[in-house]
Amino acid sequence: MPVESVFPRLEALLPHVQKPIQYVGGELNSTVKDWDSCDVRWALMYPDAYEVGLPNQGVMILYEVLNEREGVLAERTYSVWPDLEKLMREHGVPQFTVDAHRPVAAFDLFGVSFSTELGYTNLLTALDLAGIPLDAAARTVDHPVVVAGGHAAFNPEPIAEFIDCAVVGDGEQAVLEITRITREWKDEGRPGGREELLLRLARTGGVYVPAFYDVEYLPDGRIARVAPNRPRVPWRVAKHTVMDLDAWPYPKQPLVPLAETVHERMSVEIFRGCTRGCRFCQAGMITRPVRERSITGIGEMVDKGLAATGFEEVGLLSLSSADHSEIGDITKGLADRYEEDKIGLSLPSTRVDAFNIDLANELTRNGRRSGLTFAPEGGSERIRKVINKMVSEEDLIRTVATAYGNGWRQVKLYFMCGLPTETDDDVLQIAELATRVIAKGREVSGSNDIRCTVSIGGFVPKPHTPFQWAPQLSAEETDARLAKLRDAIRADKRYGRSIGFRYHDGKPGIVEGLLSRGDRRVGAVIRAVYEAGGRFDGWREFFSYEQWMRCAAAALEPLGVDVDWYTTRERGHEEVLPWDHLDSGLDKDWLWDDWQDALDETEVEDCRWTPCFDCGVCPQMGTSIEIGPTGKKLLPLSVVKAGSPGGNGG
Amino acid sequence: MRYTKRGRLRFTSHRDFQRAFERALRRAGVPMAYSAGFTPHPKVSYANAAPTGTASEAEYLEIALAARRDPGELRAALDASLPTGLDIVDVVEARTADFAERLNASVWELRLDGVEPEAAAKAVGMFLAADSVEVRRQTKRGMRAFDARSAVVALEAVAAPADRGGSGPDGPVSHPCAILRLVVRHLTPAVRPDDVLSGLRATADLAPPVPAAVTRLAQGPLDESGTVPDPFAPDRDAAEAALTGAAGQQAAAAPGITG
Repeated sequence: MPVESVFPRLEALLPHVQKPIQYVGGELNSTVKDWDSCDVRWALMYPDAYEVGLPNQGVMILYEVLNEREGVLAERTYSVWPDLEKLMREHGVPQFTVDAHRPVAAFDLFGVSFSTELGYTNLLTALDLAGIPLDAAARTVDHPVVVAGGHAAFNPEPIAEFIDCAVVGDGEQAVLEITRITREWKDEGRPGGREELLLRLARTGGVYVPAFYDVEYLPDGRIARVAPNRPRVPWRVAKHTVMDLDAWPYPKQPLVPLAETVHERMSVEIFRGCTRGCRFCQAGMITRPVRERSITGIGEMVDKGLAATGFEEVGLLSLSSADHSEIGDITKGLADRYEEDKIGLSLPSTRVDAFNIDLANELTRNGRRSGLTFAPEGGSERIRKVINKMVSEEDLIRTVATAYGNGWRQVKLYFMCGLPTETDDDVLQIAELATRVIAKGREVSGSNDIRCTVSIGGFVPKPHTPFQWAPQLSAEETDARLAKLRDAIRADKRYGRSIGFRYHDGKPGIVEGLLSRGDRRVGAVIRAVYEAGGRFDGWREFFSYEQWMRCAAAALEPLGVDVDWYTTRERGHEEVLPWDHLDSGLDKDWLWDDWQDALDETEVEDCRWTPCFDCGVCPQMGTSIEIGPTGKKLLPLSVVKAGSPGGNGG
Repeated sequence: MRYTKRGRLRFTSHRDFQRAFERALRRAGVPMAYSAGFTPHPKVSYANAAPTGTASEAEYLEIALAARRDPGELRAALDASLPTGLDIVDVVEARTADFAERLNASVWELRLDGVEPEAAAKAVGMFLAADSVEVRRQTKRGMRAFDARSAVVALEAVAAPADRGGSGPDGPVSHPCAILRLVVRHLTPAVRPDDVLSGLRATADLAPPVPAAVTRLAQGPLDESGTVPDPFAPDRDAAEAALTGAAGQQAAAAPGITG
């Protein structure tokens, strides 16, 4: 069946919208394959604006992994801004891919990557614009199978009625397995229709199909049990873990957009997973174990990626980049290699206790020395024990002193408000900490011209973490605590003007909390908000707390639960949590013990350099820690120096 | 260098093009000269960029190199490094000063889908008959009124080829289609094709049902006959003269490379 490009019809709308370039595709390193020569076709979506979605590494990796395969095609689609959405509805132009402008409804599979729950209303917009029924139950054999992935998919229950299935964990191998099963089913003439395909996927044990599980509730609103309702569908669905990152050097050909996006750099994931054990951090819990890419593997990816993109900056990504076992040699090696090409390096996530000045000097050798960012997360030593962010005040002061002493003028500190057991005093200590930072900075730099910015937002408890049982602080209490902190910082005239204060109010956090720890009943709220016009909930200019609360009250009241029940309520040990049947590998009893340790202010070490503490992931998933050092070094490239036109440069 | 913005890439804004071009320079390994200062930038100067959404066959920029390169090879390498649609179509070595000041006028083509050629011709007649045609445009400093007539050197309705179909948002349009050819002098404030369309609406009530498809065909000096010749001609002549001279004298010193 030939599929026509919607571009001629879209083109006539583009002169009337903001930033039309984001809808035309044609990015460097993008791929358009022949429709008819492929038998499994994926539309991949990042459910946010193009400028945010395009640089997303997850989508970029899967796009390339799929397109490399014979007979498989993957194209990308992003959320369209409301100005274009309105015109598309007026003129009947469907949700399209940016690669070949094919209608999303024509694909076999529609994969949507959720980094955050705030993309759920955008999913509904895209489904509706695509002409795909919002209810999975109403779809026919000719509609795409809607697959959710990304970190938020570790609790897909709030969107259970809108998706056909969810994949938890690393996507590289999972999408290939889904492709294989889909191809077989199509080759056989699609026997048993949509249900049969979903059954085959579910029976792998690695694809969650919500429709194949029944949820029963207790009279008090809690879940009684979640049970499969089809034969040979497993009770729990396991996450996917890619081992040996060097065997998966993606993206090899990163996309380079014409439009401006939030990250304009060549990103290389230097390791996946984190076992620092910060109790608030969902990413660290669900991506275990740590798997490092080797120094030589990183060097090769950077070299090829820069040649393929022309980017001026390399981002060394991970959850805590300074923790790579050979980070010093990596940064020095790369800074040496690209000194003449004026390529800057960045480590987006750096721990205070893993930072050192040699590292910082390498990072800024080819670029600017503007600011350093650290995330102590908690203001008091006590609360940092609770959250297991083992950074002492002395560590922090020593680190910032080194930074100010070496020419940095600006340090940014990230904190959270509303952590379990937190009191006003824990948060007010942030002001004292910032004051000490400035005092020390003035002392070592001999200058009053230094700054420290405190950035703070509300904590949202997440599934698959020790804080999954914790009560979330209400929006009002969060805002009141933040106001006290602001007043405390401003009250001290000697230091206040050197301390910047940025905060996020508590309201978006409550909606995020509802969606993060919600169950299937929350789906009605998402639908109501979407129908009331809710879009782009991660954007301040579109987010409406009042609309969410109004819709939640109307949808949840008949069910005997409310927003507080989902957010500020503490859960008990015996409670069945909505995501218990999604297996992140973490042992629930270990999580509970870690939660109790948190309440006791007891810290836990990192299993990379201390014995295993039995979180459960490695034995449950058949995985193990993969770290260096390899002892290898980055050699200078045998340079045919950039110059001959048509050559690849250095 | 002369470059294009063709097809769907006409929606590239000038800022977007600048970023894409500077990355293409890196990928192609062009030995760029950098500005001095704390954050060095490659030396590139852009002239009169066409507005976002309008296509162009004739955009121009100048780059300064740190080492001499053959213009033909440079063109091929950069063109291969840029996406199709942003095409480098001509490169000459700068041998004369003040290139940008030679770009005094533009030739534009405006395709008006859904407009009868006769109606367009009539509107053009009314526009040209006017001494001045005041139009308004939103600028960074608010709504601004200016004359769109005086900058127009020539404007004519030309016959559209019969097979030239277009598309509207609701599907292909089988339709009348008028094509205007416009020569406009570069003045301040710049008069753009959109302003001339506003002028046609103001003087003759010409209102195309779908947005006009606008393409810049040429830029260059404006000669007395109202035509716009190749702005590279003086550099080509100088290159040829140097070559002839060099043939006689062996190695003539290379002229400096300007940026």
